[in-house]
Amino acid sequence: MTASEVRQVVIDIIADIAPDEDVTVIEDSKSLREQLDLDSMDFLDIVMELRKRHKVEVPQEDYPKLATLESCVSYLSPKMA
Amino acid sequence: MDDSRRIVITGIGLTAPNGNSLAEFRNALLEKKSGIKHHEIRYMGKQAAGMCDFDESKYHSKKLRRRGTRAGSISIYCANEAIRDAGLDWESVDKKMVGVFLGITEHGNVETEEEIYQMHQNNLDWKLWSPHHNPRTVSNNAAGEVTVNLGITGPHYTLGSACAGGNVGIIQGVQQLLLGEVDMALTGGISESAQTFGIFAAFAAQGALAHHEDATQASRPMDKNRNGIVISEGGAIYVLERLSDAKKRNAKIYAEIAGYAINSDASDYVNPNSERQVECMHKAIKRAGITPRDIDIVNMHATGTGAGDISESRAVRDAFVTSDRTYVNFSKGHIGHCMGAAGALELAGNIPSLVDGVVHPGMNVTELDPDCVIPNLVTESGVKLPRVEYILNNSFGMLGINSAVIVKRYL
Repeated sequence: MTASEVRQVVIDIIADIAPDEDVTVIEDSKSLREQLDLDSMDFLDIVMELRKRHKVEVPQEDYPKLATLESCVSYLSPKMA
Repeated sequence: MDDSRRIVITGIGLTAPNGNSLAEFRNALLEKKSGIKHHEIRYMGKQAAGMCDFDESKYHSKKLRRRGTRAGSISIYCANEAIRDAGLDWESVDKKMVGVFLGITEHGNVETEEEIYQMHQNNLDWKLWSPHHNPRTVSNNAAGEVTVNLGITGPHYTLGSACAGGNVGIIQGVQQLLLGEVDMALTGGISESAQTFGIFAAFAAQGALAHHEDATQASRPMDKNRNGIVISEGGAIYVLERLSDAKKRNAKIYAEIAGYAINSDASDYVNPNSERQVECMHKAIKRAGITPRDIDIVNMHATGTGAGDISESRAVRDAFVTSDRTYVNFSKGHIGHCMGAAGALELAGNIPSLVDGVVHPGMNVTELDPDCVIPNLVTESGVKLPRVEYILNNSFGMLGINSAVIVKRYL
């Protein structure tokens, strides 16, 4: 999966988890929580959906690596190569 | 009686398979409009069922809807509609003196079944079990979601009472007001049970799941050719207040809760007991300080099962043997069995009779079961009475829970 495809995977999941949010305006380098109404339970959902849809496991200690769209892509790309 | 000891209905919010407001629902009952269609049920294929089509996002964010339950969503819709209907200035209401008491048939089956299904579809990966499962499946879920949505800080809980839930919720609201625990009760019954295949499969296993090639004719209580229950979802929530408070704010008053009763058969897990049903109705009538002859309309529980309808018919005949002026109807031919919502919804559908004097008809009785003959049973079309003063609403459930609520015209 290319970096762009990984980015789209994350956006698709966020769009499902936070359907009231406009995901087209997310800035890649800015904290997701600063831009969107996401709480810790939403991040658990993101982890769950990555596991369900793409068989990617994100251990708890790596959750901070999902802080921005940019960091998500960096962290997930090797796992989804 | 002191106005502070009299409890009145000042708002009604509901969703039924054939209407999303009291006006829509009432018209559908009068016009014999069915809310039953064939729906695809997991594993089982097409089944007659009653699903609601209210706008889930009218009062609820899509995100919290996803996080919560269908039961919560139904409750939030009904509670907001009831508050709006009551004409309340919600901002000025003291939220710590508002209670939410909702009757439910059961809770958690829909959510648990879905989690197991998802796990089964994903190689039994238990780590996919949702972190939302616990708040979704705790028994207070439906009432709790209402408090979060509306900022209510008074007490909330649900009342597990099988298909008597709607009446039991109302009774709890009355009692909490009389105890002085709350100044306003959002109360009634809701059900999301139609979203789980398990309830369909279980009634099928009992030989009590209704079927008909025309779904609108599948639910036919009291008819000789009835073959079981049509499972439906729905909700009805009332704003209850003390009459003294309602008068103070010049509220519209639908009716006064004049009497109520709950009792137990103590005889069987599923089979009804007509003697206990008579006792329940008479206990409610006695509490209202009236006699059977004073009751203008009895709305039967009448689910469409063989034994249930015969038992209740016998009970209504016996309970009203001294009254030749009481009319009898039922609502499940139109909407199926809305389980925990049934009692509250069906009462709501009859309350406009206090104003228009019309007894709405039952539906789908083409050949009345000889064992279900009751004097003044209304099945063809609505009957106009000179005046309707009292309505008694029956609601019964498994494990032998019986309930009756009597409402009185308030003018």
